Amino acid sequence: MLESFVHVCLAGLSKGMFIWLVASGLTLIFGVLGVLNFAHGSFYMLGAYFCFSLLSHLGHNFWLGLILGPLFVCLVGYVVERYFLRYVYHIDLPYQLLLTFAFVLIFDDLVKVVWGAGSIGSPSVAGLSGSVRILGRLFPSYSLFIILVGPLVALGLWGLLEKTWAGRIIRAASSDREMASALGVRVPALFTAVFVFGTWLGAVGGGLAVPYVGLLTPGMGESIIIDAFVVAVIGGLGSLKGAFLGALIIGLLSSFGTRFLPTFDMFLTFILMAIVLLWRPQGFFGEEAAR
Amino acid sequence: MSRAGVYLIYGLAALALVAIGLFAGRFVLYLTMRVMLLAIFALGYNLLLGRTGLLSFGHGALYAAGAYGLGLFNLHVSHDPLLGLLVGVAFAALIALIIGFFCVRQTEIYFAMLTLAFGMMFFSLIWNLREVTGGDDGLIGISRAPLLGLPIGRDYQFYFLVLACFALAVWVIHRIRGSAFGLVLAGIRENHQRTSFAGIPVKNYRLAAFVVSGAFAGLAGSLATLLESNANPFSAHWSHSAEPVLVSLMGGLQTFSGPLVGSVIFVVLREVIERFTENWMLWFGVILLAIIMGLRGGVMGGLEKRLGRARAARPGGAS
Repeated sequence: MLESFVHVCLAGLSKGMFIWLVASGLTLIFGVLGVLNFAHGSFYMLGAYFCFSLLSHLGHNFWLGLILGPLFVCLVGYVVERYFLRYVYHIDLPYQLLLTFAFVLIFDDLVKVVWGAGSIGSPSVAGLSGSVRILGRLFPSYSLFIILVGPLVALGLWGLLEKTWAGRIIRAASSDREMASALGVRVPALFTAVFVFGTWLGAVGGGLAVPYVGLLTPGMGESIIIDAFVVAVIGGLGSLKGAFLGALIIGLLSSFGTRFLPTFDMFLTFILMAIVLLWRPQGFFGEEAAR
Repeated sequence: MSRAGVYLIYGLAALALVAIGLFAGRFVLYLTMRVMLLAIFALGYNLLLGRTGLLSFGHGALYAAGAYGLGLFNLHVSHDPLLGLLVGVAFAALIALIIGFFCVRQTEIYFAMLTLAFGMMFFSLIWNLREVTGGDDGLIGISRAPLLGLPIGRDYQFYFLVLACFALAVWVIHRIRGSAFGLVLAGIRENHQRTSFAGIPVKNYRLAAFVVSGAFAGLAGSLATLLESNANPFSAHWSHSAEPVLVSLMGGLQTFSGPLVGSVIFVVLREVIERFTENWMLWFGVILLAIIMGLRGGVMGGLEKRLGRARAARPGGAS
């Protein structure tokens, strides 16, 4: 009983940390730019495909692919923000959402054109492909690795935002755009930088997904983006702390749901999201007044 | 455009639709029916988005509620299509009432996220309750029995039922927009605080708009189920709710005819693009991008603006 409990917890943690990797970029972009980016799932997907392609060209060095792959995606993110998104900040919400949705359609199909519509089996990582014995049962070591990476990313983001000069400017611009601009911050450039950085986070999440999910499919971004939305909403839109906690909760809930209530697995996630939105629309750590 | 001109255009469109029903081949019949179903869906949806200013990701679920309402009734109770349609629409309206009751407490992005959550709950139920809904297979083998003694089994017969529902939907939604109720909705969109200061229970009006637009989504869903003789679980998925948004946006959000024109463009464009390439979503995304970046009023909005400009240039030309 105990072993099974521990293993369900571990599976939930790894799933949660995985969603966190994607949700962190989404949350950062929403917190600073105020845009809910549907295309973030596509950046995740592009990250996965780029890493995969580099893997086969770079002699199967996973780590090199993980560093180089997301850089290509950053370029894509730059174009999206600089030449499109920038022009819709001031207009209505539906247009912003639809603009990012248009990119989802475009990137999903582009991936089909370049890599084919079918699924691609992904390789395993040397050194992390095995399993570890925990309480007498095997647990994939790559999942353990993900459980470690999640908090490291969180720590890095916290350090960046709270302890550095760049972080202070980002926080200033996110709490008061106009004031920051009046004090000499080049807000448009900052927005581009934050968007590209958020894109990078999503793409790294995708790169790390390559060995984790096992299969690459052109629709993989759409399934993760909804999980990331749920997490971002539960934690409080724009709050990284909240997104981290939300990801843990959703990961564990989904893992226990799959184990004990398989029929209502998906249902549980969304009912939690609805309850949080109704009870506390600003989420766990959102700012007081709902915008 | 003058009033008589508008009536003339609608009259001609009605004539053309009847003519298509009488003389067109199967392919054109089918396409026209798809256009009309999409238009019903989008017109109802636009009552919420264009009129009330609320963006919903839950309308796919309401469409599916109509589809599964009719489908289950047809398979287990009676083949009567009229009763089936009534059941489908009523079921969709009921679900809209339940979902809407919770969702209208929030606005803007929180409303959108709540409708997404409730819509996906409905989707997960359809997906997982295999014994009732057939899971990922959906419902199959739905039959088209005669309607009040008139056969509708063949496409050219069924076409006129779709046309009748379409005409009814256009008329009802047109009436709603012009009614006191519709004007209050527009007031809520422009400034919900002021509207509520005027003594209007804003939440109740939002809920009413949600239920009415949900009922039309249900009508579109149940008719589609009769047309295809199956119900598809993916119609409940949130991404299906994006379809009426795209259609309204292409045609023009703030105009009545926008969703109508948008539906024609959407279905025809899709057919044309699919002739040339398998990746119609790619081209569709590009078109959507162009619309948002450049032509924000949609086709009808742009047309109206142009006509308005021409009228302003001609002294005394305004009517």
